[in-house]
Amino acid sequence: MFDDLRDLYQEVIFDHNRNPRNFRIIENADRKVDGFNPLCGDRLTLYLKMNGDVIEDASFQGSGCAISTASVSLMTEIVKGKTEAEAEALFKTFHEMTTGKDEQINLEAVGKLAVLAGVREYPARVKCATLAWHTLDAALKNEKQAVSTE
Amino acid sequence: MTQFPIDKIRNDFPILNEKIRNKPLVYLDNAASSQKPNVVIDCISHVYRHDYANVHRGVHTLSVRSTDKFEGAREKIKDFINAESGKEIIFTKGTTESINLVAQSYGKANIKAGDEILISAMEHHSNIVPWQMLSEQTGAILKVAPINLRGELILDEFIKLIGDKTRLISIAHMSNALGTINPVKQIIAAAHHKNIPVLLDGAQAIPHMPVDVLNLDCDFYAFSGHKLYGPSGIGVLYGKQALLESMPPYQGGGDMIRKVTFEETEYNTLPYKFEAGTPSIADAIALGAAIDYLNEIGMGAVAVYEAELLDYATEQAKKIKGLRIIGEAAEKGAILSFVLDKIHPHDIGTMLDSLGIAVRAGHHCAMPVMDFFEVPATARASFAIYNTKQEIDILMNGIESLIEVFG
Ligand SMILES: Cc1ncc(COP(=O)(O)O)c(C=O)c1O
Repeated sequence: MFDDLRDLYQEVIFDHNRNPRNFRIIENADRKVDGFNPLCGDRLTLYLKMNGDVIEDASFQGSGCAISTASVSLMTEIVKGKTEAEAEALFKTFHEMTTGKDEQINLEAVGKLAVLAGVREYPARVKCATLAWHTLDAALKNEKQAVSTE
Repeated sequence: MTQFPIDKIRNDFPILNEKIRNKPLVYLDNAASSQKPNVVIDCISHVYRHDYANVHRGVHTLSVRSTDKFEGAREKIKDFINAESGKEIIFTKGTTESINLVAQSYGKANIKAGDEILISAMEHHSNIVPWQMLSEQTGAILKVAPINLRGELILDEFIKLIGDKTRLISIAHMSNALGTINPVKQIIAAAHHKNIPVLLDGAQAIPHMPVDVLNLDCDFYAFSGHKLYGPSGIGVLYGKQALLESMPPYQGGGDMIRKVTFEETEYNTLPYKFEAGTPSIADAIALGAAIDYLNEIGMGAVAVYEAELLDYATEQAKKIKGLRIIGEAAEKGAILSFVLDKIHPHDIGTMLDSLGIAVRAGHHCAMPVMDFFEVPATARASFAIYNTKQEIDILMNGIESLIEVFG
Protein backbone atom coordinates (compact mmCIF):
# COMPACT_ATOMS: atom_id res chain seq x y z
CA MET A 1 0.00 0.00 0.00
CA PHE A 2 2.86 2.37 0.79
CA ASP A 3 5.08 1.33 -2.13
CA ASP A 4 5.93 4.92 -2.99
CA LEU A 5 7.43 5.40 0.44
CA ARG A 6 9.93 2.53 0.36
CA ASP A 7 12.83 4.89 -0.24
CA LEU A 8 11.85 7.04 2.71
CA TYR A 9 10.78 4.45 5.23
CA GLN A 10 13.31 1.69 4.84
CA GLU A 11 13.19 -1.30 7.14
CA VAL A 12 16.27 -0.03 8.99
CA ILE A 13 14.37 3.11 9.90
CA PHE A 14 11.43 1.19 11.31
CA ASP A 15 13.91 -0.96 13.22
CA HIS A 16 15.67 2.01 14.82
CA ASN A 17 12.33 3.67 15.52
CA ARG A 18 11.08 0.60 17.33
CA ASN A 19 14.36 -0.05 19.12
CA PRO A 20 16.41 3.09 19.28
CA ARG A 21 20.09 2.46 20.04
CA ASN A 22 21.87 4.35 22.81
CA PHE A 23 18.57 5.55 24.18
CA ARG A 24 19.83 6.39 27.66
CA ILE A 25 21.40 9.11 29.76
CA ILE A 26 25.17 9.32 30.18
CA GLU A 27 25.48 10.34 33.81
CA ASN A 28 28.94 11.88 33.58
CA ALA A 29 28.53 13.31 30.09
CA ASP A 30 30.95 16.03 29.01
CA ARG A 31 28.46 17.57 26.62
CA LYS A 32 24.68 17.71 26.87
CA VAL A 33 22.67 19.68 24.33
CA ASP A 34 18.95 19.89 23.60
CA GLY A 35 17.65 19.91 20.05
CA PHE A 36 14.15 21.03 19.14
CA ASN A 37 12.18 21.19 15.93
CA PRO A 38 9.32 23.59 16.68
CA LEU A 39 7.57 22.72 13.46
CA CYS A 40 6.79 19.16 14.48
CA GLY A 41 7.62 19.15 18.15
CA ASP A 42 10.58 16.76 17.90
CA ARG A 43 12.70 17.10 21.00
CA LEU A 44 15.92 15.37 21.87
CA THR A 45 18.75 15.63 24.35
CA LEU A 46 22.13 14.48 23.13
CA TYR A 47 24.84 13.30 25.54
CA LEU A 48 28.52 12.97 24.64
CA LYS A 49 31.37 11.49 26.64
CA MET A 50 34.67 12.76 25.26
CA ASN A 51 38.16 11.40 25.53
CA GLY A 52 40.38 14.18 24.31
CA ASP A 53 38.92 14.98 20.94
CA VAL A 54 37.48 11.51 20.48
CA ILE A 55 33.78 10.83 21.04
CA GLU A 56 33.95 7.94 23.46
CA ASP A 57 30.23 7.54 23.99
CA ALA A 58 27.06 9.10 22.62
CA SER A 59 23.46 8.69 23.70
CA PHE A 60 20.12 10.46 23.54
CA GLN A 61 16.72 10.89 25.12
CA GLY A 62 13.60 12.45 23.70
CA SER A 63 10.79 11.81 21.26
CA GLY A 64 10.18 12.46 17.63
CA CYS A 65 8.98 10.98 14.39
CA ALA A 66 10.40 7.78 12.94
CA ILE A 67 12.81 9.67 10.69
CA SER A 68 14.24 11.80 13.46
CA THR A 69 14.42 8.94 15.94
CA ALA A 70 16.16 6.67 13.45
CA SER A 71 18.51 9.47 12.47
CA VAL A 72 19.67 10.21 16.00
CA SER A 73 19.86 6.51 16.85
CA LEU A 74 22.05 5.79 13.81
CA MET A 75 24.13 8.86 14.51
CA THR A 76 24.97 7.87 18.07
CA GLU A 77 26.14 4.52 16.74
CA ILE A 78 28.28 5.87 13.96
CA VAL A 79 30.06 8.72 15.74
CA LYS A 80 31.31 6.60 18.59
CA GLY A 81 35.11 6.38 18.36
CA LYS A 82 35.30 9.22 15.84
CA THR A 83 37.29 12.39 16.40
CA GLU A 84 35.51 15.71 16.43
CA ALA A 85 36.91 16.52 13.00
CA GLU A 86 35.73 13.19 11.60
CA ALA A 87 32.26 13.70 13.06
CA GLU A 88 32.05 17.21 11.62
CA ALA A 89 33.11 15.91 8.21
CA LEU A 90 30.40 13.26 8.44
CA PHE A 91 27.84 15.95 9.32
CA LYS A 92 28.81 17.82 6.20
CA THR A 93 28.48 14.76 4.00
CA PHE A 94 25.19 13.83 5.64
CA HIS A 95 23.87 17.32 5.11
CA GLU A 96 24.77 17.22 1.45
CA MET A 97 23.17 13.83 1.10
CA THR A 98 19.86 14.88 2.67
CA THR A 99 19.53 18.25 1.07
CA GLY A 100 20.44 16.88 -2.34
CA LYS A 101 22.94 19.56 -3.28
CA ASP A 102 25.48 17.01 -4.28
CA GLU A 103 23.87 14.63 -6.72
CA GLN A 104 26.63 12.09 -6.29
CA ILE A 105 26.27 10.68 -2.82
CA ASN A 106 29.42 9.06 -1.54
CA LEU A 107 27.68 6.02 -0.11
CA GLU A 108 30.88 4.69 1.34
CA ALA A 109 31.49 7.86 3.30
CA VAL A 110 28.06 7.78 4.94
CA GLY A 111 27.84 4.02 5.48
CA LYS A 112 24.63 3.01 7.22
CA LEU A 113 23.37 6.57 7.12
CA ALA A 114 22.57 6.06 3.44
CA VAL A 115 19.15 4.74 4.48
CA LEU A 116 18.21 8.35 5.20
CA ALA A 117 19.05 9.58 1.71
CA GLY A 118 15.36 9.20 0.78
CA VAL A 119 14.39 12.36 2.67
CA ARG A 120 15.82 14.52 -0.09
CA GLU A 121 12.66 13.79 -2.05
CA TYR A 122 10.56 15.01 0.89
CA PRO A 123 11.52 18.61 1.64
CA ALA A 124 9.05 18.74 4.52
CA ARG A 125 10.95 15.94 6.24
CA VAL A 126 14.58 16.95 5.77
CA LYS A 127 14.70 18.72 9.11
CA CYS A 128 13.55 15.55 10.84
CA ALA A 129 16.70 13.83 9.61
CA THR A 130 19.09 16.68 10.25
CA LEU A 131 17.97 17.69 13.76
CA ALA A 132 20.25 15.09 15.36
CA TRP A 133 23.23 16.32 13.41
CA HIS A 134 22.63 19.99 14.13
CA THR A 135 22.46 19.07 17.79
CA LEU A 136 25.72 17.14 17.53
CA ASP A 137 27.33 20.05 15.77
CA ALA A 138 26.29 22.34 18.62
CA ALA A 139 27.55 19.84 21.19
CA LEU A 140 30.92 19.62 19.48
CA LYS A 141 31.14 23.37 19.36
CA ASN A 142 30.22 23.16 23.01
CA GLU A 143 27.26 25.45 22.69
CA LYS A 144 25.30 25.16 25.88
CA GLN A 145 22.01 26.56 24.65
CA ALA A 146 19.39 24.47 22.94
CA VAL A 147 19.49 24.28 19.17
CA SER A 148 16.43 24.67 17.06
CA THR A 149 15.97 23.77 13.41
CA GLU A 150 14.16 27.04 12.85
CA MET B 1 -35.61 18.51 3.58
CA THR B 2 -33.91 18.30 0.22
CA GLN B 3 -30.83 16.19 -0.14
CA PHE B 4 -27.46 17.87 0.21
CA PRO B 5 -26.22 18.38 -3.38
CA ILE B 6 -22.85 16.73 -2.83
CA ASP B 7 -22.30 15.62 -6.44
CA LYS B 8 -22.94 19.08 -7.77
CA ILE B 9 -20.70 20.62 -5.12
CA ARG B 10 -17.83 18.28 -5.91
CA ASN B 11 -18.13 19.24 -9.56
CA ASP B 12 -17.84 22.89 -8.58
CA PHE B 13 -14.33 22.44 -7.16
CA PRO B 14 -11.92 21.71 -10.01
CA ILE B 15 -8.98 20.87 -7.76
CA LEU B 16 -10.79 17.79 -6.54
CA ASN B 17 -9.88 16.21 -9.88
CA GLU B 18 -6.18 16.42 -9.10
CA LYS B 19 -4.23 13.23 -8.70
CA ILE B 20 -1.80 13.27 -5.80
CA ARG B 21 0.94 10.69 -6.04
CA ASN B 22 -1.25 8.96 -8.64
CA LYS B 23 -4.23 8.73 -6.32
CA PRO B 24 -7.39 10.81 -6.29
CA LEU B 25 -6.98 13.73 -3.92
CA VAL B 26 -8.71 13.38 -0.56
CA TYR B 27 -8.44 16.89 0.80
CA LEU B 28 -8.91 16.96 4.57
CA ASP B 29 -6.89 20.03 5.49
CA ASN B 30 -9.77 22.45 5.26
CA ALA B 31 -9.17 24.05 8.64
CA ALA B 32 -5.86 25.32 7.29
CA SER B 33 -7.43 26.56 4.08
CA SER B 34 -10.30 25.39 1.93
CA GLN B 35 -10.38 24.88 -1.82
CA LYS B 36 -12.12 27.27 -4.21
CA PRO B 37 -15.20 26.68 -6.36
CA ASN B 38 -15.28 27.68 -10.04
CA VAL B 39 -17.42 30.71 -9.27
CA VAL B 40 -14.64 32.16 -7.11
CA ILE B 41 -11.84 31.30 -9.53
CA ASP B 42 -13.84 32.69 -12.45
CA CYS B 43 -14.79 35.79 -10.51
CA ILE B 44 -11.16 36.75 -9.97
CA SER B 45 -10.39 36.28 -13.61
CA HIS B 46 -13.52 38.22 -14.63
CA VAL B 47 -12.62 41.16 -12.42
CA TYR B 48 -9.15 41.43 -13.93
CA ARG B 49 -10.46 40.97 -17.45
CA HIS B 50 -13.43 43.30 -17.30
CA ASP B 51 -13.90 45.30 -14.11
CA TYR B 52 -10.54 46.19 -12.69
CA ALA B 53 -9.33 49.62 -11.58
CA ASN B 54 -8.49 51.11 -8.24
CA VAL B 55 -11.42 51.76 -5.95
CA HIS B 56 -12.73 55.02 -4.49
CA ARG B 57 -10.29 57.03 -6.57
CA GLY B 58 -11.49 57.84 -10.01
CA VAL B 59 -14.36 59.33 -11.90
CA HIS B 60 -13.70 57.07 -14.84
CA THR B 61 -16.08 54.27 -15.62
CA LEU B 62 -13.87 51.35 -14.67
CA SER B 63 -13.06 52.79 -11.29
CA VAL B 64 -16.74 53.28 -10.63
CA ARG B 65 -17.48 49.73 -11.74
CA SER B 66 -14.70 48.33 -9.60
CA THR B 67 -15.85 50.36 -6.60
CA ASP B 68 -19.43 49.19 -7.05
CA LYS B 69 -18.36 45.56 -7.08
CA PHE B 70 -16.05 46.02 -4.13
CA GLU B 71 -18.73 47.74 -2.07
CA GLY B 72 -21.22 45.14 -3.27
CA ALA B 73 -19.04 42.48 -1.70
CA ARG B 74 -19.05 44.41 1.55
CA GLU B 75 -22.86 44.39 1.51
CA LYS B 76 -22.91 40.63 0.86
CA ILE B 77 -20.65 40.08 3.85
CA LYS B 78 -22.81 42.38 5.96
CA ASP B 79 -25.89 40.30 5.11
CA PHE B 80 -24.03 36.99 5.51
CA ILE B 81 -23.19 37.70 9.15
CA ASN B 82 -26.30 39.83 9.74
CA ALA B 83 -24.49 43.04 10.63
CA GLU B 84 -26.52 46.22 10.76
CA SER B 85 -24.49 48.28 8.34
CA GLY B 86 -21.74 48.01 5.75
CA LYS B 87 -19.85 50.53 7.87
CA GLU B 88 -19.27 47.72 10.33
CA ILE B 89 -17.48 45.55 7.78
CA ILE B 90 -13.78 46.32 7.51
CA PHE B 91 -11.70 44.55 4.91
CA THR B 92 -8.39 43.21 6.22
CA LYS B 93 -5.84 40.65 5.05
CA GLY B 94 -7.44 38.05 7.30
CA THR B 95 -8.21 37.02 10.85
CA THR B 96 -4.70 37.76 12.01
CA GLU B 97 -4.79 41.34 10.82
CA SER B 98 -8.31 41.80 12.15
CA ILE B 99 -7.23 40.80 15.64
CA ASN B 100 -4.09 42.92 15.47
CA LEU B 101 -6.23 45.86 14.38
CA VAL B 102 -8.40 45.58 17.48
CA ALA B 103 -5.37 45.09 19.73
CA GLN B 104 -3.49 48.07 18.37
CA SER B 105 -6.42 50.42 17.88
CA TYR B 106 -9.02 49.62 20.52
CA GLY B 107 -6.46 48.06 22.85
CA LYS B 108 -3.93 50.85 22.89
CA ALA B 109 -6.63 53.49 23.35
CA ASN B 110 -8.48 51.72 26.14
CA ILE B 111 -6.13 49.35 27.95
CA LYS B 112 -3.49 50.46 30.42
CA ALA B 113 -1.07 49.03 32.94
CA GLY B 114 -2.69 46.58 35.33
CA ASP B 115 -5.76 46.04 33.14
CA GLU B 116 -6.59 42.51 32.09
CA ILE B 117 -7.25 40.89 28.75
CA LEU B 118 -8.96 37.51 28.91
CA ILE B 119 -8.47 34.71 26.38
CA SER B 120 -8.75 30.92 26.61
CA ALA B 121 -6.27 28.06 26.65
CA MET B 122 -7.38 26.85 23.21
CA GLU B 123 -6.54 29.94 21.19
CA HIS B 124 -4.66 30.01 17.89
CA HIS B 125 -1.34 31.86 18.14
CA SER B 126 -2.94 34.75 16.28
CA ASN B 127 -5.33 35.24 19.18
CA ILE B 128 -2.48 35.06 21.73
CA VAL B 129 0.47 36.95 20.35
CA PRO B 130 -1.29 40.27 19.50
CA TRP B 131 -2.44 40.42 23.13
CA GLN B 132 1.02 39.57 24.43
CA MET B 133 2.38 42.39 22.30
CA LEU B 134 -0.27 44.79 23.61
CA SER B 135 0.49 43.70 27.17
CA GLU B 136 4.14 44.37 26.62
CA GLN B 137 3.36 47.81 25.22
CA THR B 138 0.89 48.81 27.92
CA GLY B 139 1.71 46.77 31.02
CA ALA B 140 -1.64 44.99 30.83
CA ILE B 141 -1.97 41.41 32.01
CA LEU B 142 -3.03 38.50 29.81
CA LYS B 143 -5.31 36.03 31.61
CA VAL B 144 -5.92 32.57 30.20
CA ALA B 145 -9.07 30.61 31.04
CA PRO B 146 -8.56 26.84 31.38
CA ILE B 147 -10.01 23.96 29.37
CA ASN B 148 -10.85 20.41 30.44
CA LEU B 149 -9.64 17.08 29.08
CA ARG B 150 -12.43 16.91 26.55
CA GLY B 151 -11.10 20.16 25.17
CA GLU B 152 -14.01 22.26 26.41
CA LEU B 153 -13.79 25.63 27.98
CA ILE B 154 -14.53 25.43 31.72
CA LEU B 155 -17.29 28.02 31.65
CA ASP B 156 -17.45 28.58 35.44
CA GLU B 157 -13.75 29.30 35.54
CA PHE B 158 -14.03 31.59 32.57
CA ILE B 159 -16.84 33.60 34.17
CA LYS B 160 -14.85 33.81 37.41
CA LEU B 161 -11.93 35.32 35.52
CA ILE B 162 -14.11 38.16 34.26
CA GLY B 163 -13.21 40.71 36.90
CA ASP B 164 -13.17 44.41 37.63
CA LYS B 165 -9.91 44.80 35.74
CA THR B 166 -10.99 42.92 32.63
CA ARG B 167 -11.08 45.32 29.71
CA LEU B 168 -11.44 42.96 26.77
CA ILE B 169 -12.26 39.33 26.09
CA SER B 170 -11.04 37.63 22.93
CA ILE B 171 -11.95 34.03 22.27
CA ALA B 172 -12.28 31.52 19.46
CA HIS B 173 -15.82 30.88 18.31
CA MET B 174 -14.51 27.47 17.25
CA SER B 175 -11.09 25.98 17.98
CA ASN B 176 -8.89 25.00 15.06
CA ALA B 177 -6.90 22.41 17.00
CA LEU B 178 -9.79 20.71 18.80
CA GLY B 179 -12.95 21.58 16.91
CA THR B 180 -14.61 22.81 20.11
CA ILE B 181 -17.42 25.32 19.63
CA ASN B 182 -17.40 27.66 22.60
CA PRO B 183 -20.47 28.87 24.51
CA VAL B 184 -19.88 32.36 23.22
CA LYS B 185 -23.41 33.67 23.84
CA GLN B 186 -23.11 32.98 27.56
CA ILE B 187 -19.65 34.52 27.66
CA ILE B 188 -20.83 37.62 25.83
CA ALA B 189 -23.82 38.01 28.14
CA ALA B 190 -21.59 37.72 31.22
CA ALA B 191 -19.05 40.16 29.75
CA HIS B 192 -21.65 42.73 28.78
CA HIS B 193 -23.05 42.56 32.28
CA LYS B 194 -19.77 44.23 33.22
CA ASN B 195 -19.56 46.38 30.09
CA ILE B 196 -16.64 44.44 28.68
CA PRO B 197 -16.41 44.09 24.89
CA VAL B 198 -15.89 40.66 23.34
CA LEU B 199 -13.98 39.79 20.17
CA LEU B 200 -14.78 36.46 18.57
CA ASP B 201 -12.10 34.78 16.46
CA GLY B 202 -14.40 33.33 13.85
CA ALA B 203 -11.74 31.94 11.50
CA GLN B 204 -12.95 28.37 12.03
CA ALA B 205 -16.61 28.91 12.84
CA ILE B 206 -17.56 30.93 9.78
CA PRO B 207 -17.23 28.13 7.15
CA HIS B 208 -19.16 25.64 9.25
CA MET B 209 -22.30 27.31 10.64
CA PRO B 210 -24.64 30.25 10.26
CA VAL B 211 -23.13 33.25 12.05
CA ASP B 212 -25.36 36.09 13.20
CA VAL B 213 -23.40 38.85 14.89
CA LEU B 214 -26.54 40.69 15.97
CA ASN B 215 -27.90 37.66 17.69
CA LEU B 216 -24.53 36.78 19.23
CA ASP B 217 -24.21 40.43 20.27
CA CYS B 218 -20.42 40.19 19.93
CA ASP B 219 -18.55 43.48 19.68
CA PHE B 220 -15.99 42.29 17.15
CA TYR B 221 -15.93 39.29 14.84
CA ALA B 222 -12.80 38.35 12.85
CA PHE B 223 -12.53 35.91 9.96
CA SER B 224 -10.52 35.03 6.85
CA GLY B 225 -11.75 34.64 3.29
CA HIS B 226 -9.50 31.70 2.49
CA LYS B 227 -11.17 29.31 4.93
CA LEU B 228 -14.57 30.29 3.55
CA TYR B 229 -13.90 29.03 0.00
CA GLY B 230 -12.72 32.52 -0.94
CA PRO B 231 -9.28 33.85 -1.82
CA SER B 232 -6.39 34.26 0.58
CA GLY B 233 -5.22 37.78 1.31
CA ILE B 234 -8.67 39.03 2.20
CA GLY B 235 -10.52 38.90 5.50
CA VAL B 236 -12.96 40.80 7.61
CA LEU B 237 -13.24 42.57 10.89
CA TYR B 238 -16.79 43.20 11.96
CA GLY B 239 -17.17 45.74 14.74
CA LYS B 240 -20.17 47.46 16.24
CA GLN B 241 -20.41 50.87 14.66
CA ALA B 242 -20.25 52.89 17.87
CA LEU B 243 -17.13 51.06 18.98
CA LEU B 244 -15.41 51.43 15.62
CA GLU B 245 -16.25 55.10 15.57
CA SER B 246 -14.65 55.62 18.95
CA MET B 247 -11.43 53.90 17.89
CA PRO B 248 -8.34 55.57 16.46
CA PRO B 249 -7.11 54.44 13.00
CA TYR B 250 -4.85 51.44 12.82
CA GLN B 251 -2.63 52.37 9.88
CA GLY B 252 -2.15 55.64 8.09
CA GLY B 253 -2.23 56.15 4.34
CA GLY B 254 -4.48 56.70 1.38
CA ASP B 255 -8.21 56.00 1.53
CA MET B 256 -8.37 56.32 5.29
CA ILE B 257 -8.28 60.11 5.25
CA ARG B 258 -10.69 62.83 4.29
CA LYS B 259 -8.27 65.73 4.22
CA VAL B 260 -4.56 65.97 4.69
CA THR B 261 -2.38 68.99 5.25
CA PHE B 262 1.05 68.82 6.77
CA GLU B 263 -0.40 70.21 9.98
CA GLU B 264 -3.25 67.81 10.47
CA THR B 265 -5.29 65.05 8.95
CA GLU B 266 -8.98 64.51 9.09
CA TYR B 267 -9.82 60.83 9.10
CA ASN B 268 -12.32 59.31 6.78
CA THR B 269 -15.61 57.82 7.95
CA LEU B 270 -16.25 54.16 8.58
CA PRO B 271 -15.26 51.72 7.27
CA TYR B 272 -12.56 53.54 5.28
CA LYS B 273 -10.91 54.90 8.40
CA PHE B 274 -9.52 51.40 8.92
CA GLU B 275 -8.73 50.62 5.29
CA ALA B 276 -5.52 52.45 4.57
CA GLY B 277 -4.01 51.82 1.16
CA THR B 278 -5.27 49.98 -1.89
CA PRO B 279 -7.15 46.89 -0.72
CA SER B 280 -7.12 43.43 -2.25
CA ILE B 281 -9.85 44.43 -4.68
CA ALA B 282 -10.41 41.33 -6.78
CA ASP B 283 -10.10 39.11 -3.73
CA ALA B 284 -12.74 41.06 -1.84
CA ILE B 285 -15.10 40.76 -4.80
CA ALA B 286 -14.38 37.05 -5.07
CA LEU B 287 -15.10 36.61 -1.37
CA GLY B 288 -18.50 38.03 -2.21
CA ALA B 289 -18.82 35.33 -4.88
CA ALA B 290 -17.91 32.65 -2.32
CA ILE B 291 -20.64 33.97 -0.07
CA ASP B 292 -23.19 33.90 -2.91
CA TYR B 293 -22.18 30.31 -3.49
CA LEU B 294 -22.63 29.36 0.16
CA ASN B 295 -25.95 31.17 0.40
CA GLU B 296 -27.22 29.04 -2.44
CA ILE B 297 -26.39 25.89 -0.48
CA GLY B 298 -27.44 27.44 2.82
CA MET B 299 -25.22 27.54 5.90
CA GLY B 300 -27.83 25.63 7.86
CA ALA B 301 -27.60 22.77 5.38
CA VAL B 302 -23.80 22.98 5.52
CA ALA B 303 -23.86 22.61 9.30
CA VAL B 304 -26.16 19.60 9.13
CA TYR B 305 -24.15 17.86 6.41
CA GLU B 306 -20.82 18.43 8.14
CA ALA B 307 -22.18 17.26 11.50
CA GLU B 308 -23.07 14.00 9.78
CA LEU B 309 -19.53 13.73 8.38
CA LEU B 310 -17.98 14.42 11.77
CA ASP B 311 -20.20 11.90 13.54
CA TYR B 312 -19.30 9.28 10.99
CA ALA B 313 -15.59 10.04 11.17
CA THR B 314 -15.63 10.00 14.97
CA GLU B 315 -17.47 6.70 15.05
CA GLN B 316 -15.03 5.11 12.59
CA ALA B 317 -11.97 6.56 14.34
CA LYS B 318 -13.06 5.12 17.67
CA LYS B 319 -12.94 1.64 16.15
CA ILE B 320 -9.22 1.95 15.51
CA LYS B 321 -7.07 0.52 18.27
CA GLY B 322 -4.36 2.85 19.45
CA LEU B 323 -6.08 5.96 18.10
CA ARG B 324 -6.82 8.72 20.57
CA ILE B 325 -9.06 11.63 19.59
CA ILE B 326 -7.80 14.98 20.89
CA GLY B 327 -10.81 17.19 21.47
CA GLU B 328 -14.11 15.51 22.36
CA ALA B 329 -16.23 18.49 23.21
CA ALA B 330 -19.99 18.03 23.27
CA GLU B 331 -20.30 21.00 20.90
CA LYS B 332 -17.91 20.42 18.03
CA GLY B 333 -17.34 21.46 14.44
CA ALA B 334 -16.02 19.31 11.62
CA ILE B 335 -12.49 18.74 12.91
CA LEU B 336 -10.97 15.43 13.97
CA SER B 337 -7.62 15.80 15.70
CA PHE B 338 -5.97 12.57 16.73
CA VAL B 339 -2.77 10.84 17.75
CA LEU B 340 -1.71 7.22 17.27
CA ASP B 341 0.12 5.10 19.77
CA LYS B 342 3.87 5.21 19.08
CA ILE B 343 3.47 6.81 15.64
CA HIS B 344 4.41 10.44 15.31
CA PRO B 345 1.90 12.72 13.54
CA HIS B 346 4.52 13.67 10.95
CA ASP B 347 4.89 10.05 9.94
CA ILE B 348 1.10 9.82 9.75
CA GLY B 349 1.05 12.91 7.52
CA THR B 350 3.69 11.63 5.12
CA MET B 351 2.16 8.15 4.92
CA LEU B 352 -1.36 9.43 4.28
CA ASP B 353 0.01 11.82 1.67
CA SER B 354 1.38 8.88 -0.25
CA LEU B 355 -2.23 7.69 -0.48
CA GLY B 356 -3.41 11.04 -1.80
CA ILE B 357 -4.85 12.10 1.56
CA ALA B 358 -4.01 15.61 2.76
CA VAL B 359 -4.18 16.02 6.53
CA ARG B 360 -2.34 18.44 8.73
CA ALA B 361 0.32 17.16 11.10
CA GLY B 362 1.75 19.55 13.61
CA HIS B 363 0.83 21.88 16.43
CA HIS B 364 -1.77 23.80 14.38
CA CYS B 365 -0.46 27.12 15.68
CA ALA B 366 -1.79 26.17 19.08
CA MET B 367 1.30 25.02 20.98
CA PRO B 368 -0.31 25.62 24.40
CA VAL B 369 -3.06 23.17 23.43
CA MET B 370 -0.43 20.54 22.55
CA ASP B 371 1.27 21.09 25.92
CA PHE B 372 -2.05 20.71 27.72
CA PHE B 373 -2.70 17.34 26.12
CA GLU B 374 0.96 16.38 26.50
CA VAL B 375 1.40 15.57 22.83
CA PRO B 376 4.11 17.07 20.61
CA ALA B 377 1.67 17.43 17.77
CA THR B 378 -1.50 15.88 16.39
CA ALA B 379 -2.75 14.74 13.02
CA ARG B 380 -5.86 16.62 12.01
CA ALA B 381 -8.51 15.80 9.47
CA SER B 382 -10.85 18.73 8.91
CA PHE B 383 -13.91 18.49 6.72
CA ALA B 384 -15.63 20.76 4.26
CA ILE B 385 -18.78 20.83 2.15
CA TYR B 386 -17.19 18.73 -0.60
CA ASN B 387 -16.00 15.85 1.58
CA THR B 388 -17.80 12.51 1.68
CA LYS B 389 -18.15 9.44 3.84
CA GLN B 390 -16.27 7.49 1.17
CA GLU B 391 -13.32 9.81 1.72
CA ILE B 392 -13.54 9.19 5.44
CA ASP B 393 -13.41 5.46 4.70
CA ILE B 394 -10.26 6.02 2.62
CA LEU B 395 -8.74 7.95 5.53
CA MET B 396 -9.58 5.26 8.07
CA ASN B 397 -8.24 2.50 5.80
CA GLY B 398 -5.07 4.51 5.40
CA ILE B 399 -4.68 4.89 9.15
CA GLU B 400 -5.22 1.18 9.71
CA SER B 401 -2.66 0.28 7.06
CA LEU B 402 -0.02 2.61 8.40
CA ILE B 403 -0.48 1.22 11.90
CA GLU B 404 0.19 -2.20 10.39
CA VAL B 405 3.32 -1.02 8.60
CA PHE B 406 4.71 0.54 11.75
CA GLY B 407 3.87 -2.66 13.61
C1 LIG C 1 -8.87 29.80 15.10
C2 LIG C 1 -7.99 30.55 14.15
N1 LIG C 1 -7.69 31.83 14.39
C3 LIG C 1 -6.92 32.54 13.56
C4 LIG C 1 -6.36 31.99 12.43
C5 LIG C 1 -5.49 32.83 11.55
O1 LIG C 1 -6.06 33.03 10.33
P1 LIG C 1 -5.24 33.73 9.14
O2 LIG C 1 -3.94 32.99 9.06
O3 LIG C 1 -6.09 33.54 7.94
O4 LIG C 1 -5.06 35.16 9.51
C6 LIG C 1 -6.65 30.66 12.14
C7 LIG C 1 -6.05 30.04 10.94
O5 LIG C 1 -5.38 29.06 10.97
C8 LIG C 1 -7.47 29.93 13.02
O6 LIG C 1 -7.74 28.64 12.78
